[in-house]
Amino acid sequence: MTQATPLFSARGIAVTFHRKRWLGRHPQLVQALRGIDLDIMSGEVLALVGESGSGKSTLARVLIKAIAATAGSLAFQGTDITHLEGERLRAMRRHFQIVFQDPFSSLNPRLSIGTAIAEPLIVHNLAAGEALRHRVAECLRMVGLDPTLSTRRPHEFSGGQRQRICIARAIAGQPLLIVADEALSALDPSLRDRVLDLFQDLKTRFSLTYLFISHDLRLVRRIADRVAVMYLGQVIEIGATKEVYNHPRHPYTQALMSAIPVPDPLAERSRHYPTLPGEPPSPSNPPQGCSFHPRCSRAGHLCRTQLPLLNKTSDRHEVACHFPD
Amino acid sequence: MNTPALGHPPPLLDVRGLSISLRSRSGFIQVVSDVSFTVAAGEALGIVGESGSGKTLSMLSLLQLLPQGAVARAERASYDGRDLLAQSNKQMAGIRGREIAFVFQDSLTALNPVLSIGQQITEGMRLHFSMAKADAELRAVELLLQVGIPDPSLRLRQYPHEFSGGMRQRVCIAMALAGKPRLLIADEPTTALDVTVQAEIVNLIRQLQIDSGLTVIWVTHDLALLARIADRVVVMYGGRVMEDARACDLFATPRHPYAAALLRSARYDMTSSKQTDPIATQSMEAPAPMGCPFAPRCDEADDRCRATAPSLVSVPGNAHVACWARAGELPGTRLV
Repeated sequence: MTQATPLFSARGIAVTFHRKRWLGRHPQLVQALRGIDLDIMSGEVLALVGESGSGKSTLARVLIKAIAATAGSLAFQGTDITHLEGERLRAMRRHFQIVFQDPFSSLNPRLSIGTAIAEPLIVHNLAAGEALRHRVAECLRMVGLDPTLSTRRPHEFSGGQRQRICIARAIAGQPLLIVADEALSALDPSLRDRVLDLFQDLKTRFSLTYLFISHDLRLVRRIADRVAVMYLGQVIEIGATKEVYNHPRHPYTQALMSAIPVPDPLAERSRHYPTLPGEPPSPSNPPQGCSFHPRCSRAGHLCRTQLPLLNKTSDRHEVACHFPD
Repeated sequence: MNTPALGHPPPLLDVRGLSISLRSRSGFIQVVSDVSFTVAAGEALGIVGESGSGKTLSMLSLLQLLPQGAVARAERASYDGRDLLAQSNKQMAGIRGREIAFVFQDSLTALNPVLSIGQQITEGMRLHFSMAKADAELRAVELLLQVGIPDPSLRLRQYPHEFSGGMRQRVCIAMALAGKPRLLIADEPTTALDVTVQAEIVNLIRQLQIDSGLTVIWVTHDLALLARIADRVVVMYGGRVMEDARACDLFATPRHPYAAALLRSARYDMTSSKQTDPIATQSMEAPAPMGCPFAPRCDEADDRCRATAPSLVSVPGNAHVACWARAGELPGTRLV
């Protein structure tokens, strides 16, 4: 691997929320992220997978500085942006855009879609007048929509089309990184495939970098170059997609991968689905040692006392487990 | 759909020519057209389709649970010899929960947030079987254990928000089982759940089907999931049945172009292939009102497909397919 500077570099990121209990006096501390080190290389598609509540979305929002980390440092193209704020942060934000899961609530129903797409361009002073109109039309064309529709409002479009509009808005300012937070989860299989194609097409045309958040493991396998598996606010395994899918090392990743349904009745009927005992622990009270140990069949004394750190098992694969498979 | 051959018991559920219309300002819009399928006792039927394909409405209509303004008609909608669409409200109350139970996608809205889990599970039992409170609670403990909820006597006193999504869905299944139904309709019960939890719910329902001979209809948009669950698969699109076949046959050789495309898409999911999906390449223009709903996205569509929707015809292998292009080339086909 070359020693290129990562586009994003996060070190020791922790996020703690105070959750007030109803009528309660003592606020609960929820540890959403617990010491995350993560590099995103320029031009790659990095996927974050894990169960709901594992901290995927929180991590993405910390990276694009939508929420502040409680601890840790963050660098963008080698420049420390941990404490960046005000005008300089606003200018920086142009480089990272986000596409959300729900295309219905992420568009203002009272703005025409042309105005919605123009907004980031106006905010960042990237275009005005005729050039602005041109750019909006160009963005609509890039996502496969007719530019003459730019005066219409969101309700006139279907879910798949709205998601395209959100993508057009995200790429309008020529960002470097796009965070897709479950951006395809609300779409039907065939629409989903079309939007997936669009993501891939845009990536090659504009050498974009994607941070792709999804709980759909099948989708991730199709789009991601690297996968990071999260559990209870930590990255427990990360590596090249093929490596992680074909040779998962962490017992939790193994359980995830083996739970993916296979479209083959004969194979499915004879297959044993291993199930995880218990439920994910509460992030306000994570277990001592490895956070997965209460549900792990391989857990030993070490796991109950000492937190395993990410360890390189090969060039393109790291796992945080005392007893990796 | 055929008259049962000698020696075969009649199907538990036999639906033929089911159509559903929604009232709108400009008259009625037909959203489900000519849907036919049968489910034998003890069988697991999978119904797969995208949102808007009419799969949920079809199921709701069988229990007379359609939203206001929706009207269902059918040549036949018979459950165990009774015409479901002709039952009175009172008769239906004896069928819902007692004969046919429903598990919905969203367990949070399916449960009442201000009643304890115990109250909600026992309600059905006390209603259907006039059980005493104590007996019903004992039975509820059994049910919770059966669906894999640890510490059931404690859990009975808790409220829905104290359960995780997977556990709530188990509660819904326990509630559905409380009336000892013969048919369980599960409408996307795992869509909102994580993949490991999904696997557990699938295992649970499969086990119930095997152990207690429960008949199951599993409605989903995920074809791959049905490989595990379904004995038969009905593929719906645009309010119509495109194909209906034994699961092993459908996954081996899908006949309808849409079923084939769905399967290809599911298979791509198993690889790192960045290939373009075949259903994806076609235009998204609206289908002609009288034509085959899949025609605008079908490679094989011709003028006939755009003009008239094909009916379901039975084809060899105890299957049915609604496709002009396919029905013609298959020997031994005949109109249902």
